[in-house]
Amino acid sequence: MPELMHRKLERSATGFMLAIIAAASVGGIVEIAPLFTIDDTVETVSDMRLYTPLELAGRDIYVREGCYACHSQMIRTLRDEVERYGPYSLAVESQYDHPMLWGSKRTGPDLARIGGKYSDFWHVAHLNNPRDVVPESNMPSYRWLGTTPLKLADLPLALRAQRAVGVPYTDEMIENAARDAYGQAVPDSEQSSGVTERYGEATQVSAFDGVTTNVTEMDALVAYLQVLGQLTRAAYENTAAPEQMPDPDN
Amino acid sequence: MGQFTTGERDFAAIILIVLAIIGIAMAAAGRADVLGIHGAMVLLYSLALLFVLFSGAFGTPPSPARLTRYYDDPIKVGVGLTLFWAIFGMFVGVWAAAQLAWPSLNFDTSWASFGRIRPAHTSGVIFGFGGNALITTSFHVVQRTSRARLADQLSPWIVLFGFNLFCLIAISGYFLGVTQSKEYAEAEWYADIWLVIVWVTYFVLYVRTLARRKEPHIYVANWYYMAFILVVAILHIVNNLAVPLSFAHAKSYTVWAGVQDSMVQWWYGHNAVAFFLTAGFLAMLYYYLPKRAERPIFSYRLSILSFWGITFFYMWAGSHHLHYTALPHWVQNLGMTFSVMLLVPSWASAGNALLTLNGAWHKVRDDATLRFIMMAAFFYGLSTFEGSFLAIRPVNALSHYTDWTVGHVHAGALGWVAMITFGSLYTLVPAIWKRERMYSAVLVEVHFWLALVGTLIYVFAMWNSGIIQGLMWRTYSPDDTLVYSFVDTLLAMYPYYIARAFGGLLFLIGAIVAAYNIWMTVRSPAAAMLALDEDLPVGERPAGGATPTPAE
Repeated sequence: MPELMHRKLERSATGFMLAIIAAASVGGIVEIAPLFTIDDTVETVSDMRLYTPLELAGRDIYVREGCYACHSQMIRTLRDEVERYGPYSLAVESQYDHPMLWGSKRTGPDLARIGGKYSDFWHVAHLNNPRDVVPESNMPSYRWLGTTPLKLADLPLALRAQRAVGVPYTDEMIENAARDAYGQAVPDSEQSSGVTERYGEATQVSAFDGVTTNVTEMDALVAYLQVLGQLTRAAYENTAAPEQMPDPDN
Repeated sequence: MGQFTTGERDFAAIILIVLAIIGIAMAAAGRADVLGIHGAMVLLYSLALLFVLFSGAFGTPPSPARLTRYYDDPIKVGVGLTLFWAIFGMFVGVWAAAQLAWPSLNFDTSWASFGRIRPAHTSGVIFGFGGNALITTSFHVVQRTSRARLADQLSPWIVLFGFNLFCLIAISGYFLGVTQSKEYAEAEWYADIWLVIVWVTYFVLYVRTLARRKEPHIYVANWYYMAFILVVAILHIVNNLAVPLSFAHAKSYTVWAGVQDSMVQWWYGHNAVAFFLTAGFLAMLYYYLPKRAERPIFSYRLSILSFWGITFFYMWAGSHHLHYTALPHWVQNLGMTFSVMLLVPSWASAGNALLTLNGAWHKVRDDATLRFIMMAAFFYGLSTFEGSFLAIRPVNALSHYTDWTVGHVHAGALGWVAMITFGSLYTLVPAIWKRERMYSAVLVEVHFWLALVGTLIYVFAMWNSGIIQGLMWRTYSPDDTLVYSFVDTLLAMYPYYIARAFGGLLFLIGAIVAAYNIWMTVRSPAAAMLALDEDLPVGERPAGGATPTPAE
C-alpha cells in the first residue's frame, strides 16, 4: 500500500517537491527556532562588554586570514580542555559574535581564553614569525600585518552594520569609531580617554605593535587576541573555575 | 552555442550586457575596496562570453530538427569545467596539505597563506568540481530518464556559466581575503545573491524539463537531483543572510550571532554534505550504476526508504558538530540521535548499490569504470558508518578538533564523491560524444589504482594522526597533570602530514590522467556504428533499450 502511494507521488513533480520541502524542513525548525525563544539558551550577565572598534577590526582580520581554520574558540565541557585552556565557554561569551568563530579544527591550540596570557610583544613576535618563539610551529607568518595601515575610515560603517544585525552600539560609538580605534592603539593621545569612557575601564589601551606613530593591522589583531575571553567574567564566576582570569596588567 | 536562434542570441546578449553593467557598477562603487576587483572580473567575464556568443553566431541558422534531439552541448562544456576545477581544487588541496608539513611553502605571501588557500581548496573541490559534476550529470540524466530534451536552449548556459562565475568570484575572493568565515559558505553577500539567481534558473529549467517527460514516473535519480536543488537553496539562503558594510564594500556581517549562528552554520554545513555531496551524487549512482552494470536497481522499496530517510533525518544531524559546546544539551542529543538513525537509510542506499552488482561482479573485475562506481558505493557505506559513529558524543569528545574529522571528510570526498564522479564521467563521455569507448582503458585502470591508493594513504594517515592527537590531548600523568603540551602533540603530527600530502598527490595525478584520457577520447574519431537514433528523446525506442527504470 505505501508503495502504491509512492507510485502516485512519483507521477507529480510538484507533489514530490512539496513532499521534499516538508520532510526537509522539520529538523531545522525544531532545532533552530527554540534557540531564539528559550531564554536560558544564552546566559544573562551584567558585565558583558562590546568589542571596541579596534578589536572588531582585529576580528575582521582574524576572519580574513582564515585563523578559524586552525584555531577554535570554544572550550568544551571536558576536564582536559578546562585544565589546558581555562573554564569552558559559555554561550553569552559569543553573544555579540557575528559570525561566531567557534571553529572546527585545532591544528593550533584553542584561543577562547588567549587574552592576557601572553604579552603584546610576544604576540607581535609570534605573528611576525611563529618559529622565532615556537620553533616547532607550522603556523604561517603574518609579517605584512605590521606594515599595513588599518583602514580607519571604514570603522563607522562596520559598527553600523553590526548594529543592524543586533549589536547594541550607540550613535556615539559609531560616530567615534575611527577616533576610538586610534586612541586605543596610541596610549596617552587625546583620543585615548574616549575609548575607556565608551567601552569601560577594563578596555586595554596599548601600543599593541610597539609603534605609536600609526595604527596598523597588527595593532588591531593583537588587540582582538588580547580581549578573547575578557569580555565578561561570567565563565569564572558561574562555573567551577580552576584558575583566575588572566590579568592583562600583570 | 551554434544552436541559438537569433532571438535566443539577442536575449543572451542582453543578459550579458546587463551583467557587464553590473560589473562596471561594482568596479566603480568598490574602487576603494576589493569589491572593485570583483567588479572588474564580472565585467571581463561577461565581455568574454559576449565575444564567444557573437564569434559563433553568424553561421547557418539552426535547423528545427535539433529540437527532436537531446541537448548535449552544455554537458560537453560542463565536463571540461568539471575537470578544470577538479585539477585546480585538488592541486590547492595538496599545496595546503604540504604547507602544514612545510610552512614556508606560502612563500611569505598573504594570498597563499594556509587560512586563505584552505577555503579555496574546499570550495574548489566542493563547488567547482562537485557542483559542475552535479549540474553536468543532472542535464544528462534528466533528459535520458525523462526521454525529453532540456526545456530551452538558453537557461542551461545561464546555469553553467552563472555557476562558474560564482565559483570564480568566491574562490578568487578567498585569495584576496574576502570571506564570511562560515565553513563551506565563505563567499560574500554579492556572490551569494548571484548564486540564488543562478539556482532559481536551474530549478525552473529542471522542473520544466521534468514536465516534458515521456515517462509517467519520475525516476529515482531525479528525486535526488530535486532534493539537491531545493534543499541547497533553502540552506544557502538562510545561512547567508547578512548585512554588508555598504554596497561599495565586500565585507558583511551575518545576521546570526553566537550560539544561534553556530547551529545555523552547522545545520547548513552538515546538510551541504547531505544535499550537495550526498543527494546529488546518489543521483549519479542511481543512473550510471545500472547503466554501466546493465542491471536494474536491486530494490525499488529500498530506494524509497533511503531517499525519504536521508531527506528527513539529515536535517536534524548538524548539531553533532557542536557536542560539549555552549549549544544547549537537548539540541546536541537530537543531533546525535538522528545521526545514528541516519545509518539505516545510508546503508540502504549503499547496500542497494552493491546488491545491484549481483550477477555483474565479473564486470567489476574487468571494467575499471564500474569498479570506480562499486568502490564509491563501498566508501559511501564506510564513511556514513564512520559519520554515525563520530556523532556519538563520547566518541566525538576524542575525534572533534582533530584530523580524524579531516580523514572522515576525505573518505567521503575522495572515496565516495570523487570516485562516483569519475565513474560517471567515464560512462558519460563516450555516450555524449558518440564514441564506442574511452580512449584508453589502461589509463582508466591506472587512474583507479592511483585514486584508491591515494585515498587509503590519506585516510589512514588522518585516522592515525587524529586518534593519536586526541589521545595525547587527554593523557594524564599518575600525579594527575596533563602530560603533553600542545606543541608536543603537533610534533607528533608531522610524519602524518607528509603522508597525507603524498596520498593527496597521488589522487591529483589520477585526476590529471583522467583529464588527458577524456581529452583524447573527445579527439578520437566518432564511432560510425553508433547510430544516432538509438539515443533520441522522442519516437519509438529500439526494443531492449538499456535505460534504467525502477525495478518493476
